[in-house]
Amino acid sequence: MIVLAFDFALFLEKLILIAVVIFGSLGVALYTTFAERKVAAILQDRRGPNRAGPFGLLQPFADGLKLVFKEEIIPNTSNKTLFIMGPGLAMTAALMTSAVLPWGNKVELFDRTIALQIADVNIGMLYVFAVVSMGVYGIMIGGWASNNKFSLMAALRGASQAISYELAMGLSLIALVMVTGSLSLKTIVEQQMLPGHLWNIAYQPLGFLLFLVCAFAECNRTPFDLPEAENELNFGYHQEYSSMKLGFYLFAEYVNMFISSAIMATIYFGGYDIPFLDESKISPNIAAILGIGALMTKIIIFIFVFMWVRWTIPRFRYDQLMNLGWKKMVPLALANMLLTGAIILWLQGK
Amino acid sequence: MGTTQLLFWLLSALSIFSAMMVLISKNPVHSVLWLVLVFFTISGHYILLNAQFLFIVNLIVYAGAIMVLFLFVIMLMNLNKDAEPQKSIWMKLAGAISGGSLLLIFVSVVRSASEMQSKQALLKTGNIGLIDQLGKTLFSEYVIPFEISSVLFLSAMVGAVAIGKKH
Amino acid sequence: MPIHSLLDATVVNTANNYFPIGVQLLFAAGFVATMLIMSALLGPKRKTSDKLANFESGIEITGNARQPMAIKYFLVAILFVLFDVEVIFFYPYAVNFRELGWAGFGAVAMFVGFFIVGFTYIIKKGALIWED
Repeated sequence: MIVLAFDFALFLEKLILIAVVIFGSLGVALYTTFAERKVAAILQDRRGPNRAGPFGLLQPFADGLKLVFKEEIIPNTSNKTLFIMGPGLAMTAALMTSAVLPWGNKVELFDRTIALQIADVNIGMLYVFAVVSMGVYGIMIGGWASNNKFSLMAALRGASQAISYELAMGLSLIALVMVTGSLSLKTIVEQQMLPGHLWNIAYQPLGFLLFLVCAFAECNRTPFDLPEAENELNFGYHQEYSSMKLGFYLFAEYVNMFISSAIMATIYFGGYDIPFLDESKISPNIAAILGIGALMTKIIIFIFVFMWVRWTIPRFRYDQLMNLGWKKMVPLALANMLLTGAIILWLQGK
Repeated sequence: MGTTQLLFWLLSALSIFSAMMVLISKNPVHSVLWLVLVFFTISGHYILLNAQFLFIVNLIVYAGAIMVLFLFVIMLMNLNKDAEPQKSIWMKLAGAISGGSLLLIFVSVVRSASEMQSKQALLKTGNIGLIDQLGKTLFSEYVIPFEISSVLFLSAMVGAVAIGKKH
Repeated sequence: MPIHSLLDATVVNTANNYFPIGVQLLFAAGFVATMLIMSALLGPKRKTSDKLANFESGIEITGNARQPMAIKYFLVAILFVLFDVEVIFFYPYAVNFRELGWAGFGAVAMFVGFFIVGFTYIIKKGALIWED
């Protein structure tokens, strides 16, 4: 009797890949907090953190350690289990999206061909959509469990915002699926690498713009950071939190920013594709390393855009936010979908 | 026992346990979270049946949308006062008996249904549950039900506005 | 226009592909739990009743947060559920719409037509007006 008949080498390979991706995205998120402060400093003609280590490079570690060693406060009137669960859910959801992203093509190590993607699934794009829709729970549970009126208000606002922009996001992705004909992120990247085929941004400029705005809203980034609107809601849905639980909420936001940058780079900007270079002519391992480099460069550019916008555009008012989401984004995404479909069918001549 | 069977039993046990916890939990928010777990385990079952589209739709629509609505409803309620009146022991007994009989009927119907006897579920094989197959069937054979469902959505929207907006 | 038929051989459709996602879920949840436990053990514990009270801008707390909220949020949530299901319907269409041709497009356009009728009704009824 064979109890578990599966490939242990494959399992180990996937486990290592998962560990690398998860700790990698945490590491990137850690340094994004540092980069954010530096970018803010440059945009505001300041110096930014420069005390811990050379150029202040150890600052994120100091911040992280501080959070771990802070006193943990759970308010008396709160709902204890849910209070602890909230940030956990937010962080777990943030760490799950990376499962379907292709980080590179393939590497050959120890006589094995290793795909640099945790799970290449048929419905990759819908998976992303599903994980994004799980992100609401962290905010709602945390805000409600705190038993604080400000937290509850912020949680309800944040959840309404998230679900409103989720709709527009889902609709804007449909037009992209029409262009690609596939939901698998790996297939989408490979299509964009085909000779004579442009990146999807060329076919879906409006779709990309809509997706970008939704990504900002889903990450609760300025100008959509209403759940944290400190001038009206004190500190937002996580104001009763301290120590690592607060850290998780703040950190999940940065992980989400990294992952949504990766998604935008993958589906609209060719993923690990290097422009004007035929990857099949160089050895697969070097191509894979260069590909990861290309993807990371694209991601960093997007993260910079996130920061740039944050320090440029002021926050929306809540009714403006909801009006934009429901009355502009949804109809635009629908129109984009129908238009894309009609143009493709017309060109196809069927 | 292969991996699939092992996963099947694990998921089944987990889904039944979480379904029980939905009923037992005193706090309605806990119930909602257990119900989310039930949907996750059921999605796991869909994966074992290779119904990939159903897997993700179950997650997006049930766990990601309907349960969020439930949470909104709970958060909009006043949970301070004991809204639920204490039911007498006879009520509980009657509930248990009627629920148990319903379960018995379901089990016996499923056991005697001729379509289900000596049939095995398509484990890990079959392409029916994939999104492209499903789309082809839905938009060729079942176009009319699809269109009718849009009328249903329309009536649901009217209903939602009628409930939520008083003039 | 893309030549998606060329890549059909790479389409993945076995349930085994989902196994790593399960592993990742366990891994992520395990990491999160470890970190939460670690910070709970490592931090100092000096609890006072003032510290454990809810924060309400520094003034005395009146009541608690278990109170009914505005119905507008509920309305947004219920409309989201409806639209979400409709959005999901478009995905199987988008994957196949080349084969389905104009006939399929007509069916979806009609569906979108009903969608827009409902949407205009909602907006005309003022369900999405926030300041009132």
